[in-house]
Amino acid sequence: MEHKLLFKDYNEALKQNRLLGLKCQACGAITVPPKIVCRQCASPDMEIMELRGTGKIRTFTTVNVASEGREDEVPYTIVMVELDDGPWIMGNLDDIDPTQATMELIGRKVKMAHKVFPGDKYSAGEGARPLFSMVN
Amino acid sequence: MEKVAVVGVGETKFSGPQDKTEVELFAEAAMEAINESNLKPKDIKALFVGNVLGDFAEGQGMVQAFAAENIGCLYVPANRYEGACASASMAIREAFIWVASGFYDIVLAGGVERAATMGTGLATRTFAMFSDARYEYPSGITFPAVFAMLTHLYADTYGIPLEKLREQMARVSIQSYRHGSVNPQAQFYGKNSDMSVEKVLGSFVVCTPLTLHDCCPFSDGAAAVVLASEEVAKKLTDKPVYITGVGQSSCGPLCNQSDYLPRIRAREISSGQAYEMAGVTPEDIDICELHDCFSIASLIATESLGFFEFGKAGEAWERGEADIGGQVAINPSGGLKSKGHPIGATGAGQVYEIVKQLRGEVEPERQVEGAQTGMTDTLGGDGGTLVNMILQRGW
Repeated sequence: MEHKLLFKDYNEALKQNRLLGLKCQACGAITVPPKIVCRQCASPDMEIMELRGTGKIRTFTTVNVASEGREDEVPYTIVMVELDDGPWIMGNLDDIDPTQATMELIGRKVKMAHKVFPGDKYSAGEGARPLFSMVN
Repeated sequence: MEKVAVVGVGETKFSGPQDKTEVELFAEAAMEAINESNLKPKDIKALFVGNVLGDFAEGQGMVQAFAAENIGCLYVPANRYEGACASASMAIREAFIWVASGFYDIVLAGGVERAATMGTGLATRTFAMFSDARYEYPSGITFPAVFAMLTHLYADTYGIPLEKLREQMARVSIQSYRHGSVNPQAQFYGKNSDMSVEKVLGSFVVCTPLTLHDCCPFSDGAAAVVLASEEVAKKLTDKPVYITGVGQSSCGPLCNQSDYLPRIRAREISSGQAYEMAGVTPEDIDICELHDCFSIASLIATESLGFFEFGKAGEAWERGEADIGGQVAINPSGGLKSKGHPIGATGAGQVYEIVKQLRGEVEPERQVEGAQTGMTDTLGGDGGTLVNMILQRGW
C-alpha cells in the first residue's frame, strides 16, 4: 500500500511554508505529520490537505545544552503548538530572545514559516521544521 | 502459564566514564546473577540483553552474542532488545514470557550501557534519536527538552505556579540523592546528601526550567537477573521473588500524544496490564523503582501509576508520602537521578533493587521494612516504550 504523503513531499512543501497534512475521509481527523493511516481511526482513506499553519503555544523550553554538531545553535526555544486545525506540532520560536522565554508564552497565538536543519552524518539528509513567530 | 521467579540478580556499580567494555560489564553482572542462583552458565537456556548505543559508544553491535560467549553460555540463543531507556525491562519481560510459556525453564536477562563514556555531546545526540528523527529532531529536541516542555505543560495544565512546581521537583531530587548517597551501587554514592532546594534551583539550567540537579546523569553499568520456572526456583532458593504481573505499551511522536499530555498514556496502559495480571492495585505497592530521568518525570509517573492524584504528586513529595515510610517508597535505590541511568541496563537495575529490597538485603538506612510487593516502571524515549513489572515475595 502506498503512502498518500511521504516525508519527502511533506518536507518540500514545508520549505515553501506550506504545512501539509492528511484529512481522514472516514472520521474527519487530521493527521500531521503524515502517516499511512489516520492517527485516530487507522483508516487509510485520507486526502492531502493544506493546514493553516496558525495556532497557539501549548508549551516551550529554551535549550542550553545541544547535541553534538548543533552547539552553535544554543540557546534556542522549542515550542509545541496546538494548530488551529487541531493537531499539535513541534517547531522553534523566532523573534524572541530565547533567554527571556517565560510561562507568558503559553497561549500566545503564532504563525508558521520554516527553517531547514541541514542534517548531520546520522540523519539521512535535511529536514525542515516549523519556525513560529507571534501574531500581533 | 508457569509461575516465573527471579532466582538471582547481579549488578555492577553504576558510574561515570570507566574503562571496562560493555561485554566485560555485562559479564560481571551476569556471573554474579548466575552464581547467586546456584547455577552454572551451562544451565542458561537463552540470553536476552538490553543494549541501546553500544554501536556508537564503542563500535560494538550484536553485543549479546559476545556477552553470551564471554560468560560460557555457548551456542544458546542470544537476543538484543532496544527500546531506548526501557531496553532491559523489555528483555526481562520477554524472558518472563518465554519461561511462563514453558518453552524455557531458565533464562538470563539484563542489559548494559556505556553512555557516560560517550561524553555529553554524542550522548545528547544519540539519546535524541529516540524522538522522531524526521519530524521532531530538526527542531533541536533533546531529552531534557522533552521533559522541560512537559514541566511547563504540567504547570499550565494543573494550574501550579512554576516556581512552586520547581520547588516540589527539587524535593524529588533531594530525596533521590539522599537514598543514592547510602547505596554503594549508586553513581552518586556518598555524594549530594546535603542537597537543598536552593542548590537545585540555582544550578546550571540545561533546558528551562530544568537544572542540572533535575536531570539524571549519563552512566555506565550493567545489571542481570536469572528467571526460572517455579519448579526450578523451588530447588534453587528459599527466597524466590515472583514476577506476578507485566505490561508493555508503545506510542508515537510526542506531539501525537497530545490528547493526554502531560500524562503518558502508554504508561497507564502498561501499568494497567501489570496490575490486572498480578491482581493488585496501586494501594498494594510497597515500593516502586520508577523512571525518574528528570525530576518532573517522577511526578508524572506516580500519577499515571495510580499512587497520587493528577497534579498532586508534588504535594505527596512535600509530605514525605513518596519516601521510605510513606504511602509508597519511591526509588529507595536513588533512582536514575542518583543511582544512575546506564540506559540499556536501567530496567534490570530496577528489578535488582526490588529483589534485594523484598529479600531485606539492602543497607539499613534505605531498607523498606516488610516490603511484600514491588513494582518497576521504565520509560523509553518520550513515551515511545513503557514497561511495568510487579514482583512479590514467594515466601
